Amino acid sequence: MSDMIAEVDVLVIGGGTAGPMAAVKAKEKSPALKVMLLEKANVKRSGAISMGMDGLNNAVIPGHATPEQYVKEITVANDGIVNQKTVMAYAQESFNMINQLDRWGVKFEKDETGDYAVKKVHHIGTYVLPMPEGHHMKKVLYRQLKKARVEITNRYMATRLLLDRNGAIAGAMVLDTREGTFGVIRAKSVVLCTGAAGRLGLPSSGYLFGTYENPTNAGDGYALAYHAGAELSGIECYQINPLIKDYNGPSCAYVTGPFGGYTANAKGERFIECDYWSGQMMMEFYKELEGGNGPVFLKMDHLAEETISTIENILHTNERPSRGRFHEGRHLNYRHGMVEMHISEIGLCSGHSASGVWVDEHAATTVPGLYAAGDLACVPHNYMLGAFVYGQFAGESAADYALSHELPAVDVAQVEPERKRVLGPLSNAEGLPPNQVEYKLRRFVNDYLQPPKVTRKMEIGLDRFAEIGADLPYMSATNPHELMRAMEVHFIRDCAEMAARASLYRTESRWGLYHYRVEHPEKDDANWFCHVQLKKNDVGEMSCFKRPIDPYIVPLDEEEKDAYNRLRIVKQAATA
Amino acid sequence: MPMTMNRVSVPVTVNAEKCIADKGCTVCVESCPLDLLAIDMAKGTAYMKYDECWYCLPCEKDCPTEAIRVDIPYLLR
Repeated sequence: MSDMIAEVDVLVIGGGTAGPMAAVKAKEKSPALKVMLLEKANVKRSGAISMGMDGLNNAVIPGHATPEQYVKEITVANDGIVNQKTVMAYAQESFNMINQLDRWGVKFEKDETGDYAVKKVHHIGTYVLPMPEGHHMKKVLYRQLKKARVEITNRYMATRLLLDRNGAIAGAMVLDTREGTFGVIRAKSVVLCTGAAGRLGLPSSGYLFGTYENPTNAGDGYALAYHAGAELSGIECYQINPLIKDYNGPSCAYVTGPFGGYTANAKGERFIECDYWSGQMMMEFYKELEGGNGPVFLKMDHLAEETISTIENILHTNERPSRGRFHEGRHLNYRHGMVEMHISEIGLCSGHSASGVWVDEHAATTVPGLYAAGDLACVPHNYMLGAFVYGQFAGESAADYALSHELPAVDVAQVEPERKRVLGPLSNAEGLPPNQVEYKLRRFVNDYLQPPKVTRKMEIGLDRFAEIGADLPYMSATNPHELMRAMEVHFIRDCAEMAARASLYRTESRWGLYHYRVEHPEKDDANWFCHVQLKKNDVGEMSCFKRPIDPYIVPLDEEEKDAYNRLRIVKQAATA
Repeated sequence: MPMTMNRVSVPVTVNAEKCIADKGCTVCVESCPLDLLAIDMAKGTAYMKYDECWYCLPCEKDCPTEAIRVDIPYLLR
């Protein structure tokens, strides 16, 4: 077949954080396997951590936290809706992964005795480990990829997965984003590591690419998994983050918190007890922002000069280093003023909330041969370290699967329509420009899906998304780059529909602001203490259903269950 | 369908004196996660071809001759 570009054992899609780890671990498991890492950008600088990361948010380090404690914390932070086995699997491997990264050359903050210097940010436990020199993270990963002899294929984008006649994985169909050509990669197993659906809502600046997440993360994997028949979970539990207004980078209360910085209202007063990002925290943030005490700020101007220069040194060299330039342009100095904050656009991301592709504790999805890790895999609040740990699980599981399966035949009936869909915009000289379609789609996401969620608005949103769906074949692309953007618009539209349908299905409110439904303002454990799953049903429609929560392996007591519902600071009556 | 071109200011500035794209360097083009940079063959320098910048800085940090400056996009500045 002329489309064939490669035959591999394990295909890892996405070379950001989880992807390189999955590829390395698949090779380590069985060096004879042919492992390909496919990346839309270049693995040297791709993904959410293209400029590194300033710390671990969820380090489970003996002496500071136990796996049981961590499982409790995440169960409570995610309002009870967790498959604890997946969180426990992460927690038990967390420390091993930190030690491995340490051996690979990642520099963690240590105290004078050489122990990891862990800080408290969460409501209950202690899990934050700074990496003041974390800007070298991608270099560390790249060295390991080279050492393990992983085959790297940059500037390719997967557009659909291929299935065999039994619905198991057979490979992926891809677009060469530099040449604008279509191809097929056959594989025995596939690992999805394509990151969040970060280009879903439109930032309030109106700038399409001013998103919190790296905007190259357009929700590719959510759509790939959906069209392959995989279950997704918790899609209604959106990602919404407190960010620096306009800049849309994290305001980094995690970094500043241990130094004494905090989230404050316009009066400079604290209003939440804990800056750890949760839906409950975002609800208090939202109320303060919209109320008479708003807007909300990050306050550091009370700190000593030495402390502030340390904070600047971390924040202006890691993760989103252009923030220093942004503050300079707005004439803001942390010493003399507070940083204005705002609420991010909505997205889907399990790294921060819980919206993702359903996986078990071995990173397996519900499609045989398909694995997922990182921001798109539904393990709540998994962050970067969770991406590494589940990357390892996914790589090892995918290697095992490849070792026990033959390479499936390619079904031409899947390839032909996909080639037409992908290459279509190149022959539509007179069609719609993808950036206009994207702008309109994402504006509708804001208009109709942003919490507070209103039933009728979400229904209208679905009508608008269907109309845009009908426009998609009429997009035009004048070059391969525009063609890549056009295909991303398809992913974004799929994610928008998923967000609306999952949100409409769960007729209660949960996770604070993430799923605040105006007509159903209360939490309803009697009917909704369950996962909401979403998948393509037998007749090709997007459908939702309930999945019971497995019995907890770490039980919670009543006091703990409620901890994240008491985040607002209650003022003590003044004493005379 | 009738079309028009809109002018936009882009946030990446390339110093033509320092840029060594004419000697075959494509470091910035390769490092951009969004694939926004290109080489102008006639001028022998890199330039920002698409207005889709995440102001993330790999192009600036990886440039071997410090020829690139990334500003915050005007809409956000």
